[in-house]
Amino acid sequence: MTAPAHADASPLLSVRDLTKHFPIKRGIFGRAAGAVRAVDGVTFDVAPGETLALVGESGCGKSTTGRAILRLIEPTSGSVQFDGQDVLALDAAELRKLRRRMQIVFQDPFSSLNPRMSIGAIVREGLTIHHLAEGGAADARVHQLLEEVGLRPEYASRYPHEFSGGQRQRVGIARALSVEPSFIVCDEPVSALDVSVQAQVVNLLQDLQRERGLAYLFIAHDLSVVEHIADRVAVMYLGHVVELAPVAKLYGEPIMPYTQALLSAVPAPEPGVKRERILLAGDVPSPANPPSGCVFHPRCQHPARDAACAKIVPPLEEKTPGHWAACIKQPPTTVSWDDQRAAGATNPPEFFLPRAALHRSA
Amino acid sequence: MTTPLLELENLHTFFYTDTGVARAVDGVSFAVGVGETVGVVGESGCGKSVTALSILRLVRPPGRIEPGSVMRFEGKDLMALDESEMQHVRGNRIAMVFQEPMTALNPVFTIGDQIGEVARVHAGMNKREALAKAVEMLKLVGIPAPEQRAGEYPHQLSGGMRQRVVIAMALVMNPALVIADEPTTALDVTIQAQILELLGDLTRRLGTSVLLITHDLGVVAENCTRVIVMYAGEVVEEAATSELFAHAHHPYTEGLLGAMPRVGGEKDRLATIPGTVPPPTNWPKGCRFRDRCPYSWERCEAEHPPLYQIGGGHTSRCHLAEEPERRQHPHPPLAAQRGATAA
Repeated sequence: MTAPAHADASPLLSVRDLTKHFPIKRGIFGRAAGAVRAVDGVTFDVAPGETLALVGESGCGKSTTGRAILRLIEPTSGSVQFDGQDVLALDAAELRKLRRRMQIVFQDPFSSLNPRMSIGAIVREGLTIHHLAEGGAADARVHQLLEEVGLRPEYASRYPHEFSGGQRQRVGIARALSVEPSFIVCDEPVSALDVSVQAQVVNLLQDLQRERGLAYLFIAHDLSVVEHIADRVAVMYLGHVVELAPVAKLYGEPIMPYTQALLSAVPAPEPGVKRERILLAGDVPSPANPPSGCVFHPRCQHPARDAACAKIVPPLEEKTPGHWAACIKQPPTTVSWDDQRAAGATNPPEFFLPRAALHRSA
Repeated sequence: MTTPLLELENLHTFFYTDTGVARAVDGVSFAVGVGETVGVVGESGCGKSVTALSILRLVRPPGRIEPGSVMRFEGKDLMALDESEMQHVRGNRIAMVFQEPMTALNPVFTIGDQIGEVARVHAGMNKREALAKAVEMLKLVGIPAPEQRAGEYPHQLSGGMRQRVVIAMALVMNPALVIADEPTTALDVTIQAQILELLGDLTRRLGTSVLLITHDLGVVAENCTRVIVMYAGEVVEEAATSELFAHAHHPYTEGLLGAMPRVGGEKDRLATIPGTVPPPTNWPKGCRFRDRCPYSWERCEAEHPPLYQIGGGHTSRCHLAEEPERRQHPHPPLAAQRGATAA
């Protein structure tokens, strides 16, 4: 199987079957009594200069995926290749070197900056650790970085508490940029910001990408921001990537019923246009005890859903060129009708796309 | 608007801090009609939440509702009520739904106890009746297995379920007004849709008025009949929702609408509002939005704009109402020229 990759570029980052299980420990000896399957076999590529968005509800494993790629959390299994290097095989010194190329911007601009360090010291730390600049050259570089993210150079001597949320997020971006990475994991970088400031930061991220050819893994739950910034989108549910497609295809013709429900829930900012909603019943099941077969089947609204959905784990398969989805009821599928019948299927696959899932008036 | 249920006139709520007097709410007037859902929008620090707390008289020192502020509710002057009368209004007639359902619930009491407490305190029910009421309310807000859930603790519920519990608590006494302060901000979009649907459905059925405080204009567009835009402690624009989205008058409202990415919208560069809300201890003279405004001119510095009538119940605190031709000549706002947070 070819991986869900960008059509015509060799990938900068390749993630294959990435898995992170957190053991649930019980008793005084801390015996593992089960596992929270936070990330369960995630596969995708990110091309140089591309923005791949990772979307899904809280608890779906999107942040854990981002952190496992950088080995801020050690993955349980799988492989991560960055520019030909096997990230999971690196020792500590090699990993530190690689971190120059892979950076992260965190969600919360209040807790991700050390309150005892000046802005200048925060941005400068990476330069020192990676021996990129010292003394006056480092100062000059810090000033230049602050200017690039739209902060005044004289702010270098100030402390994080003196800044607003948007300004702090700019500091976080300057810190990530200081080591000249080619890839940045943006973990909900604008979720904590007001809409006006959010727009400033989104524009900044896009400008920097254009100027420096940065690739982003943009983790977010806000689907309108994602449509604006992403080239491709991967939708996660309960630790699995359930759909992956170029942004226009995903929003124009969402295939996986979960994606359809997610899109229908986005409020339409036009009064009088009361959107139809696909209201999902119940809550997301616990990742410690995920449903069998398709993890989404207990909440699925696909008319052909049947007993096979609870038995067969749907492969993430290419439904149309570049558009990958995991659903055995959306044709075409590599899971044959015979196999489905053997698993108790009564309804043959049948294409389903509710109007409620679409935002553009066709 | 229908008969007014709540009327605010010239509400001032100040906080007396070490760094000066923070004029968090600085002369706010608006009304909410019977059965109406009114949205209040604006960035953090605009005074939305303090307005809500003021209506319930829950402002704590060093904060104070200033003399001269008028709040009329169901014909009563809220400012004239003593604490026990005010307590009767809270919970019975006006209820509040907070943003963070985890902090709004007490972690050491069961869900049933907490919903029941409202019925015990405000309706004098005994323990058994109160528990029955709690179960009934849980059923009303669509919580499965309500009898069992009533015996559970908040940490056993998901965020969406907790927010349903908070809504159940708010509706126990069938209040005339529910103030919902960012009720869905902490929730995922699918859960947000469920909760707003629920809140809309219940309040429609019960004829409850809702004051919906939010920073999400999409939420306003779908749920509110009228919108109040707040900036720097003041109302800067008020209009029917469709009018506001089609013909925003105040440059701040225009900026908020432009900064919002829309699914299915144009993929142009997002419009931004440079700079940030100024500190409430030091609101700028003249128009408070002046520094961030692309149309500001001399008059905006010299003269604090009143709320101009634009027509049809649409008001705007902007001198453009008198000099509309100025809109033809936008310029980079002062905040952007200074380069502090140029986008």
